[in-house]
Parts: sequence; structure tokens; C-alpha cells
Amino acid sequence: MRDAVETIRRISGVNPLKCMKCGKCTATCPAYDEMEYHPHQFVDMVVNDRLEELMASKGIYHCLSCFACIERCPRNVKPGALVEAVRLAVIRQQDQNHLKPQDIPALLEEALPQQAITSALRKYRR
Amino acid sequence: MQRIGVFVCWCGSNIAATVDVEAVAEALSHEAGVVFSTNYQYMCSQAGQELIQNAIHEHKLTGVVICSCSPRMHENTFRKTCERAGINPYMVEIANIREQCSWIHKDKAVGTEKAIILGRAAIAKVLLNAPLTAGTSPVVKRALVIGGGIAGIQTALDIADAGFPVDIVEKEPTIGGKMTQIDKTFPTLDCAACILTPKMVDAAQNENIKIYSYSQVEAVKGFVGNFTVTIRRKARYVDEEKCTGCGLCTEKCPQKKVPNAFNLGLDTRRAIYIPFAQAVPKIATIDADYCTMLKTGKCGVCSKVCTAGAIDYKQQDSFVEEQYGAIVVATGYNPIKLDRFDEFAYSQSPDVVTSLELERLMNAAGPTGGTLLRPSDKTHPHTLVFVQCVGSRCDGGEKGKPYCSKICCMYTAKHAMLIREKYPDTEVYVFYIDVRTPGKNFDEFYRRAVEEYGVHYIKGMVGKVTPQNGKLYVQAADLLGGQQLKIEADMVVLAAAIEPDKSARPLATMLTASMDTNDFFTEAHPKLRPVESPTAGIFLSGACQGPKDIPETVAQAGAAASKVIGLLVKDHLTCNPCVAESNELMCNGCSACEKVCPYGAISYIDKEFRGPNRTTLLRRVAQVNPAVCQGCGACTVACPSGAMDLKGFSNAQIMAEVDAICK
Repeated sequence: MRDAVETIRRISGVNPLKCMKCGKCTATCPAYDEMEYHPHQFVDMVVNDRLEELMASKGIYHCLSCFACIERCPRNVKPGALVEAVRLAVIRQQDQNHLKPQDIPALLEEALPQQAITSALRKYRR
Repeated sequence: MQRIGVFVCWCGSNIAATVDVEAVAEALSHEAGVVFSTNYQYMCSQAGQELIQNAIHEHKLTGVVICSCSPRMHENTFRKTCERAGINPYMVEIANIREQCSWIHKDKAVGTEKAIILGRAAIAKVLLNAPLTAGTSPVVKRALVIGGGIAGIQTALDIADAGFPVDIVEKEPTIGGKMTQIDKTFPTLDCAACILTPKMVDAAQNENIKIYSYSQVEAVKGFVGNFTVTIRRKARYVDEEKCTGCGLCTEKCPQKKVPNAFNLGLDTRRAIYIPFAQAVPKIATIDADYCTMLKTGKCGVCSKVCTAGAIDYKQQDSFVEEQYGAIVVATGYNPIKLDRFDEFAYSQSPDVVTSLELERLMNAAGPTGGTLLRPSDKTHPHTLVFVQCVGSRCDGGEKGKPYCSKICCMYTAKHAMLIREKYPDTEVYVFYIDVRTPGKNFDEFYRRAVEEYGVHYIKGMVGKVTPQNGKLYVQAADLLGGQQLKIEADMVVLAAAIEPDKSARPLATMLTASMDTNDFFTEAHPKLRPVESPTAGIFLSGACQGPKDIPETVAQAGAAASKVIGLLVKDHLTCNPCVAESNELMCNGCSACEKVCPYGAISYIDKEFRGPNRTTLLRRVAQVNPAVCQGCGACTVACPSGAMDLKGFSNAQIMAEVDAICK
């Protein structure tokens, strides 16, 4: 599991040990009520190698990728980047039942902007 | 031929853990010129120093190499040791095998190899050392204190008490600094003005103290014991000798809409003003940015009402040049600007204030006469939210300061307590990351806020503040309670980080005093020389060296004063004999050295030399004044003909060291 946590740190480019547990991410998060692990807990779980629980959590899909936590974190810990890294870790798992590309269009919800696209736009806007 | 002794120190395990000291002593014993080589656990101890002295006598040593800590630490110690044993102190070389070797290496083999190389370089250098004799320079028995806050005032009072004249340079129209703006002081809650203003008066009345208010240091020349400082006396357009401080002009001035800097812009003042009633000196100053007379030439009301005839619209900045033996920096701090913290709506709502603004709002001499009112509608606030660490403890310079501002935990506890005491109908929330209250009676003070005054201390941070319909909607985290809080507040108070005053950086350049990346002045040693700058003759007092509360500032101010007194009681100082020297036969008179010399130690003279066939030649050559030269070596690098050399650090010595390292 250690390796997997290293992967999260590498994907996100974040050192979660910088967190001083101020909770500004949690204070900021607009999806607070939807996430079973709140942003500051999320960081703590990455620090304490609790990756399996995070990967199994539904909360990672409720993160809006609004990046308010990244903007306001005084320590540059970027909880939003960690959430995204966990999502990527889930996608990158081998021998899992991934979606077939042809099934995806049927699953798309027209009204919603796609999270990955929105996230990418925000991520690369600078 | 020189007879060199090598002494390798273990520094307990500091060096010995990563450097095989015995192997180093063994290897260096085979170097040319070395007649004795040994190692010892603590070379700087009494026993270690005796070991060196005995070896000098026994082996008739002429030069000594000590492989130990940085020369900044113990070079002086070992020089004195050798001097006592009868060899010239400048025949000692230190090879730094601690800071530059054992502390940075993990592998013992690598550390040992490097220690041997460093030792070898020091041996190569000492072989070329020549005995040097230090001269002396006189000490000007007058001190300069830059900054007239509580730090500067206390330092000046203590120096003056010892009988030495001291000048205070203060850039504001009055001395007193930040403490004049503070209402009450923790942990005793005594009124700041009541304990500060008597000190201000003492400073003004002390015959040894001269106050240059509304003035700035413009240039500094010279060196320890002998500084020449130019002070700019900014034009205040009022004759200091004539003004009686009656204040009539400040009542009659028609320009009423000047933001009052003393009250942090929370109210307005006139264009001619006295910052506050207890100002020292109590002299009016015209704010040239707002004065109608100075801007358009049409007004002159203050001049008409002044019975003393003190107004002088034609006044210009003037300059004073004065000699000083020592300089104390006491430039203090400021709260940071909060424009990078828009989530707290500081620039959107007047009801979001900094803690220093709250001090003014609670001060009897403040804009509300001491009644706490919301700046927006002047109503009584019922719910107040305090946010800690705004801009403190941030990662990197972009978002804020990396350090803890130290004073915020205590002043916030004070504010919370005072508000609950005076207005029991209020709810006070304090959002904290950590509560840091070490200090005498400090933690008890904070606990009193929680236990007796019922202040809600919540572990967590405020995420955002939204002003709406005259309220401030605060969204915050309660980490211990595991919930996101939404509080409808009337006022939000931000504990803004503190930073060194902006004037500190250019001043440090003038003084050649070093600073850290946050613009705090660095001390000569963080533990053992905390009030001295590494630059000789420059001393540090108060928050210019790091965040500090008032008791600590006063303690440091006294310590700095005692160091200054220790310097000023001396009639002469021993000069550094490692000064530049020009070889007149090689000098081509180009003036390159004169231009780079930061101390003005080099001058040129026309000198007669013997030419061929019994002729004489008149040539222009450089001369170094050894009393002024500080041995920085800039001239030796600038000299195109290699005529300049630095005693004790000659070009030949440096090259010998490089050769020894590359061998």
C-alpha cells in the first residue's frame, strides 16, 4: 500500500506532510455535506496511508473540482489535487472492469459539464 | 621553515560521528611542515586549549592549524590561546570540518576524506602566513538608535542612563511607535499609554538623549566606533523651536478630509496635525500631500492663527551629519497588507478589520471614544468572529509569511476577553489552528478567556466571509466538532501577520547588516549573540530582529543597550589587521580599487620613484588607510595589475589553498 500512496503523492505533486491541520479547506468546501471524508480528513488519510478507504469512497466523485481548497490552503497542500489523484489511481487500476468506450455516450448526462473536462480547464487555466 | 601543529577536534560526536578524527590527524601529520598532529574531544575546552599551548612550547611550533567548527565560532578563542603561548594570533588557521563537513555528510569515509582535504588547505595557507599586528582606532562616545518605538526608547534610555549621549531617529512626527496605538497590554491588561507615555517624556527630557523626529537615516559611512551618519530631517513646515504644540492650527485648518494614519484611516484629521495628545515632541506637522497652501498656494489659515509664528511653508528637507560609535536598529514591524486574502472580505466590508484597527476602535482616544461600534453603521456588534494566523505560517512567500507572528494568540485572547467583559451581550468566536501562549502568565490568560469569559475557541479556520444585508456570513470549519459552521457575524477581526518595516531593507544595505529572507535582521549568533548584528558596531532591538511582544522587546532593548555601553566605555578598539595593502611598484594608478571600496579607505597620491639613469619619475599610486579598511577584499579582485593584496588572505595564500585542495 505504501507504493500506492507514493503514487498519489507523485500524481498530485503534493507533499501532504506540509498540512498543519488548519481546516481552511474544510471551511471552504462547497461540497462539504456530500463528502464522507472532508478535505482535511482526506489529506490526513493520505498521510496515514489509508488509500484503500479513499479509493472505495463515493466522496471522491462528489468533489466539484472547484479548487477553492487549493486556492485558499495556506500551506500549498492542495487537497483538490489529492482527490483528483485518487480518482486517477482508481482509473489506473489493472484487471478491473473498466467501462467500454462505446458504453460511455449513453451514460453522459447532457445537462452537466463533464467533471474531468471542467477540472482540466480549471487546472490548466493559468 | 615553519613548524606547524595540527589539532583535530571531535566536537563530542558533532565531528567524530561522521569524520574519523584519528585518521585525519594521522594523514595530516605527513604534510610538509607539520611536526605535530593530534586529536582531542573538545579542543575549545580548558584542557584542549592547554593541550595546544603545551604542544606549542614542547614542539616549538610557529604555526597552528585547528580542524574544528566554523571560524565564526572559535577562531578568536584559538587565536587567544596561541597568543598566550607566545605565537602571533594570526599564525592560526581554522579548517572548518564541522559546518562544512561533518554536519553535511552522512558517510564517514566521504566526511573523513573531505576533512583531510580541508586540513591540507589550511596547512598550505598557514605556511604562507605572516605575523600581523593589530592597530587601534578611537571610539566616538555617542550612540544612534534608529526607530523610536518602545524598543528604541528603552535602548536609548538605558544607554543615556550609563552617561553616554544617544540620538533617536524616528521617521514619524512623534516617537512611541506601535505601542501608542495599542489600547491595553497582555497579560496584565494595563493601559499601553499609561506605561509608555512616561517613558516618551523621560526620553524627551533626558539631557543625554536627542530626538530627531520626522527624520530618516540617509547615509552611513565608517565602521565600528567611528560611524558617520547623515540624517534627513524631513520638512514638517513648522519651526520646531517656535511651535508650542497648542494645537490651534490643527483645529482651524480647513482641510478636514485627511485619512488619520494614527487611527489607521478609521477617521479623518486635518492637513496640519499632531498625531495624538501625548505626542513627543508635541509639534505640529503639515501633511504636504493634503495641504492646500502647499499644493495651490491659496490658504495660509494655520499661519494666520499661529501666535508663535512657527509655520514656515518654505521649509526644505535639511541634513545633519553626526559621528557615532555604535548604531542600534529598532525599526519595528507592521501588519501585512491583506489584499491577497480576499476570502475574508477585508476590502469589501468596513466591518472586517485587522486586530490593530480593533485596538483603535476600543481605545478611549480612538475614533469611537472607546465604544466598540461597527465602522459601517456605528451600531453595537453582537457577534464577533476572530480569525487567527491570517498570513502567518503560510508556505512560501506568495500567500503570506512562513513564520508564526507570535503575538496574535495573546492579543486575540485579550480582545476577546475585553469585549466579553465590557459587552456581556456579545458572542465571541475565535478560530484557531494552534493556540500558542508560552510565557509567564500567558497560558493562564488564554484559559481565563475560555473558562471565565466564555469565549468560543474553535479549532479550525474560516473559509470565507460574505458580506450581505449588513451582516457578515462566515463559513468555517469546526474540526473537533466535525462540522462546517455558518455564523452570522456583525464584525470579523483578522489577526494579520506582522512583517518588518519597509524601511528596514534599504537601511540594512546602508549598514551592511545582514537580513534573512523575510527581511528580519540576522543576529550574530541565534543563541549566544542575539542582540548583535554580524556587522561590528550594529546592534538589534525589538521586532526588527523577529516577531516579539512588549516584554521581550523591552528585555532585548536593555540587552542591546548593555552591549552598546560595553562598546562605548572603551577608548580604543583593536582593528582588524587583515587589511588591504598596495604594492606601489605594481600599481598603475587606474583607480579601479578606489571605485569599488565601500569604506572609502583608498586614496591616490603622486609619489616619486627612481627611474633609469638617475632620473626620477612621478607616479600616481594607491594608498590604503588601514584604520578605515575592513578587509573585504573587493579591491584585490578589482585591481587589474595584481598590486592590491589582503594581509592574511593574500592571493598567494588563496592559490596555495586551492592547489592543496586540487592536489
